[in-house]
Amino acid sequence: MSAAVRAGWSRGWIELRQSFTNGADLWAHFFWPILMLAALFWLRDSEFASSGLLLGTLALPSVLGMNVALGMVNMSQQLTADREDGTLLRAKATPYGMVGYLVGTVVSVAGVLVTDLLIFLVPGIFLVGGVALEGAGAWLTLLWVLVLGLVAALPAGAVLGSLFVSPRGQGLITLPLLGLIAISGIFYPVAALPGWVQGVAQVFPFYWMGLGMRSALLPDAAVAVELGGSWRHLETAGVLGVWAVVGLLVAPVVLRRMARRESGSVLAERRERALRRLG
Amino acid sequence: MAINRQSVVDVEGLRMRYGANDILHDVAFQVRHGEVLALLGPNGAGKTTTIEILEGFRMRSAGRVEVLGADPAHGDERWRARIGVVLQSWRDHGKWRVRELISHLGSYYAPFSTDAIPRPWNPDDLIDAVGLTEQADKKIKFLSGGQRRRLDVAIGIAGRPELLFLDEPTAAFDPQARREFHDLVRGLTGTYETTVLLTTHDLDEAEKLADRIIVLNGGRIVADGSAAELARRIVGSDEVRWSREGHRFTQSTTDSTAFVRGLFAQYGEAIAELEVHRASLEQTYLALVRQAETKEGSR
Repeated sequence: MSAAVRAGWSRGWIELRQSFTNGADLWAHFFWPILMLAALFWLRDSEFASSGLLLGTLALPSVLGMNVALGMVNMSQQLTADREDGTLLRAKATPYGMVGYLVGTVVSVAGVLVTDLLIFLVPGIFLVGGVALEGAGAWLTLLWVLVLGLVAALPAGAVLGSLFVSPRGQGLITLPLLGLIAISGIFYPVAALPGWVQGVAQVFPFYWMGLGMRSALLPDAAVAVELGGSWRHLETAGVLGVWAVVGLLVAPVVLRRMARRESGSVLAERRERALRRLG
Repeated sequence: MAINRQSVVDVEGLRMRYGANDILHDVAFQVRHGEVLALLGPNGAGKTTTIEILEGFRMRSAGRVEVLGADPAHGDERWRARIGVVLQSWRDHGKWRVRELISHLGSYYAPFSTDAIPRPWNPDDLIDAVGLTEQADKKIKFLSGGQRRRLDVAIGIAGRPELLFLDEPTAAFDPQARREFHDLVRGLTGTYETTVLLTTHDLDEAEKLADRIIVLNGGRIVADGSAAELARRIVGSDEVRWSREGHRFTQSTTDSTAFVRGLFAQYGEAIAELEVHRASLEQTYLALVRQAETKEGSR
């Protein structure tokens, strides 16, 4: 078991390294951050509702938060791809292979996520004014929001990935997720949206991740723009915590069920279906 | 040595049912230590279902199954470490390099190493054994089909399994790749006393690789024995053709020699154009496959 955890750890690092040494993946690592930075650049001079705060300043930490929440999507896509090509069945055929596989996937998905955050954050700080990590408190907030956010997002992503069998099914969940991002106050403060939309947004981790990141990176005065004029750390921890606990409880059950169904003929059949779709 | 007579796989009364269809009816067989057994049969005969039940990847409907002394439906990780699986449809780990993946997957077996069987196999020796030394640093997605399957075999035996499953290992291979693969498997089984259970629909492959062949058809075992035994046992009737007074005749018979003797005794020199077609294992097997295919076509 401990050997499998170690193997999983090195597996995660190998995959992380691979992800930064091939063209297609590198493109993905830089494309989104650059797009986001362009959006921030576009927003940098617009002021939000005469609050004295710039939209770009508000959006930078929110985008960070969104990226963490999108770890959910990465996780679920990774799982679908690994089921499709037999990686999962390979893990199943190896002693404690599923343990190694899960540890490896969490390490690589989280690693990619944190690296992508830095790719975005570092130039972002220079591009947009009024963002700073001042004092140990800010760093601490950034850290716990990041870690709790990952723990909330990755198991939920694993559940999504086990539920949707085909990459096409994966495509279907992207749309509602984009909708959620749109209403979660990433690019425009949620306080300016209708009440029911605010209600929906606050059920999902995207809003809370953004809020947590803003509380870490923005000056204290920026809190005026938030719902209730508060950073609501307790609620942030509460909602993300519920997502994390539910995810951690449900994910092993769903994953086990998914793995149990894997076999050579299931894999071959799925591959045949995929080829028919292409043909 | 007593261990040689021990059975590694023991199957009795195995049944598999999907909905109203029975895929396997009362299948029973044993595989002995060090034996190479081929499950031979046309598509849809139940070979893959059988092997997946033995691999522990599929639940059975009924029957007793023992693989390395355990029920595969409840095989633990220690049990898992003693078997190897090679499938035809694996396309995983395309971004990994050959040596990287082999040593990674090998590391899972290290805790299961024993004095008798040190695990895992040294990665470089293993790569050499399957003939991938030149490709050791290549990305897996750039391997040819034959090389890819060699890699799958390397991974399958990375933990020095006592029992190796090969499911249709050479399907979609060209003759050259197939021959190389046969040499590889023969080399492995000759040197390392691994028990092997393989499925194939190719009689030629079964004859080349296996000590013993089990023919499955329609979810039932129709024959069990070495290639030579099968040839004696399941071979059907010979065919005798001749002409007499301008008419052509054909007759099926299990004893063509006696039949021809009788023919001459009765008609003497009136018999012309005599042909005797001895039934071969290949013909019998092909007839079986044809039968299975017509049945499938009519469904």
